[in-house]
Amino acid sequence: MKTIFVDHDLCLSCHSCELACATIHSKSKSLYGAIAEEYPARSRIHVEYVGSGGFPLQCRHCDDPQCVKACVSKALYIDAATGAVLHDDSHCIGCTMCVLACPFGAVEEQEVEDNRSAVSKCDLCQKLSDAPACTLACPTGAISFKTSEAYSKDKRREYLVELTSTSKEN
Amino acid sequence: MSEHHHDHDHYTKGIMFADDRSIDPAAIEMLHKAKADNVETAHDRYAAQLPQCGFGDLGICCRICLQGPCRVNPFGEPKKGVCGADADLIVARNLLRTIVGGAASHADHSYMAIHCLKEAAEGKADYEIKGSDKIKTVAAKLGIDYEGRPDNDVAAEIADVALQDFGNATDEPMRWITATAPKERVDKWAELGVLPTNPDREIRAAMHQTSMGVDGSPVNTLLASLKLGIVDGYAGLQLGTDIQDILFGIPQPVKSEANLGVLAPSKVNIVVHGHMPEVSEKIVEWAHKLEDEARAAGADGIQLAGICCSGNEVLMRQGVPMAGNYLSQELAIITGAVELMVVDVQCFMPSITKVASCYHTKIVTTTPIGQLPDAEHIPFTPDTADAKAADIVRKAIANYANRDPQKVQIPTYRSEAWGGFSVESIVGALSALDAEQPLKPLVDNIIAGNVFGAVGVVGCNNVKVRQDYQTVEMIKHLLANNVLVVATGCTATAVAKYGFMTPEGAEMYAGDGLKAVLKAVGEAAGLGGPLPPVLHMGSCVDNSRIGDLLGALAGYLGVSIKDLPVAASAPELQHEKAVSIGTWAVALGVLTHCGVVPPVLGSPLVTKVLTDDLDQLVGGKFFVELDPIKAADTMIEHIAAKRKALGI
Repeated sequence: MKTIFVDHDLCLSCHSCELACATIHSKSKSLYGAIAEEYPARSRIHVEYVGSGGFPLQCRHCDDPQCVKACVSKALYIDAATGAVLHDDSHCIGCTMCVLACPFGAVEEQEVEDNRSAVSKCDLCQKLSDAPACTLACPTGAISFKTSEAYSKDKRREYLVELTSTSKEN
Repeated sequence: MSEHHHDHDHYTKGIMFADDRSIDPAAIEMLHKAKADNVETAHDRYAAQLPQCGFGDLGICCRICLQGPCRVNPFGEPKKGVCGADADLIVARNLLRTIVGGAASHADHSYMAIHCLKEAAEGKADYEIKGSDKIKTVAAKLGIDYEGRPDNDVAAEIADVALQDFGNATDEPMRWITATAPKERVDKWAELGVLPTNPDREIRAAMHQTSMGVDGSPVNTLLASLKLGIVDGYAGLQLGTDIQDILFGIPQPVKSEANLGVLAPSKVNIVVHGHMPEVSEKIVEWAHKLEDEARAAGADGIQLAGICCSGNEVLMRQGVPMAGNYLSQELAIITGAVELMVVDVQCFMPSITKVASCYHTKIVTTTPIGQLPDAEHIPFTPDTADAKAADIVRKAIANYANRDPQKVQIPTYRSEAWGGFSVESIVGALSALDAEQPLKPLVDNIIAGNVFGAVGVVGCNNVKVRQDYQTVEMIKHLLANNVLVVATGCTATAVAKYGFMTPEGAEMYAGDGLKAVLKAVGEAAGLGGPLPPVLHMGSCVDNSRIGDLLGALAGYLGVSIKDLPVAASAPELQHEKAVSIGTWAVALGVLTHCGVVPPVLGSPLVTKVLTDDLDQLVGGKFFVELDPIKAADTMIEHIAAKRKALGI
């Protein structure tokens, strides 16, 4: 399956991914409309900062997801078609065990209508966009959407390009 | 290239189909040629910028102090910058700095014109003063005695009064405002504490007010925005037009043409671009004088053409045709037929030298503050203008031999376009119907409903919206509903390209009531046909002409400008100047439409003040509408409400 990969060297901490994520998960689907909604959609990706440089973190869509294991109401599940870890709000009882269980802090509570909290997490923009909105919004290409095979292949090539250019210089 | 980059390119380049970028067939033809010639344009660079930063778009990014950049999160935390400024304050400060940028541009433009007038009046400049009539009207407004005095003496005194405004060290208001703005407005602005003193001081104070740790009140900052809009209106627009009319004469109706088809296949093509008529007028003068040298060089003569307001200035006074508006500046060069483009200040893209490097076109810069690394810099001064202009025209002639016929493709599109509708010439045309009370026929027709109202449509092109589309569709709808339209700047050029500024345009676009009035005025004034349904009132500083017309109408009716059945619109605004002009229009009491969203939506407070509360303060406010028909309908409803309130 394709998932989200991050090259943190390219991240400038502009937070554009966060705006794009919140916008695509809003009712209006436009930035101008989204910020004016009564319960603005929250971003499901967060540029976090420890030590040096920013890093955009979101759900890793684990093969063995701890959040799904922790969910007592079957609100969290693995999508059979794509392998994405998804959340069905209609089954959610708001116990937040998934929030405790996620090792990445990628599952959060969010205030929604009727003074209710709901769980919010990355859904890879399935049904919303061909590629996750954060990957399209990233101005530097730090966030990409690809299979892990493609990611590894790119990484091998980048390594070889660097290796051969360094050896030429020497 | 990574898969991500591929996706990203696909996503952004999706918008880059030439046909979606403009409604102008000449522009579309040149965008295709740009692609074939592998030349990058603003449209390509825009695509490469997408998606643009949402924080900047909402106005909630603050780069004022070095503790930043700070941005507040419209969807969550943080809600404050390092200093504690929230979205309201950050947006208000950014807006004021934008308006300062616009006001400073126009005030500096005027200052250069005053300097030129002063030297001309003292016989130290290469300019003779042509606007004798204007000297008298401006002197009368300023209370300067002009009877029996030589023009140059009076002009020198007028220049001194203007310079005194820039040197005003007192708390007295700008003399140019008290002399030229309607008294009711001056009183209103004084009451609100937004009556400017010295324009340079107001610009300085506003930069100070918005610096780190000064004004923490978004509302107080917004009031300063109103003040700086008024600075633009009088130290920029009014002063600039008055001085330029004195120097170069009051425009009279003149027949010209617009669009890239005005470039001539076998003449030396010189494009004037920017905003200062001091440069473009001299280029026109010397192009006429050196016509023979161009013939000697194997050309059929010299073809002048304008882009942006340097073009509008010489269209208004000399009938020089327009090659195009803002987004056509690179496209003019891409024809491969422009020998030389001379620029002065404002709105010329830094890219033009790069585009020119793909052809034989020479770019010449003329002002100390407006230079380009790969252009030839020929600094213009009032006392060297003749020599410099002759030099520039000769460089164009010499460059004719370098034109590569293989690269030349001039679109055939061009339209007749009438310009030169100063207030004086409009009143002159109306005098043919009623010499005693020239405004009476117009007002009578407004009261009768034949002219439902009027809208001033002004401003730029903006690469975010399809070139000319919103402008043209909105104006069509207004005219069909008998709303008279006056236009300036790149908006004027937008409609000039499609025949709206011709007598036939009245037949094609105007509703029946408006058409009858345009016919009656045009025929009485001896124009040989109807007045065009859209009157070209000049460059962007010439928006003061619209202000003068509104002031005259309000004065005739004995009401405030805010009570008139009128509106203003900048459908494709781009420049800071458009924001400051719009703020001045609102300060005058006019409902003002923006067809591109200004970066203020990140603050609910600022948005509310601009689109609602200002109405209670000054009788004018902004509204944003991206759909041209809905925008026109909103203005028509507003006009209907104003008519009702006037009891007509």
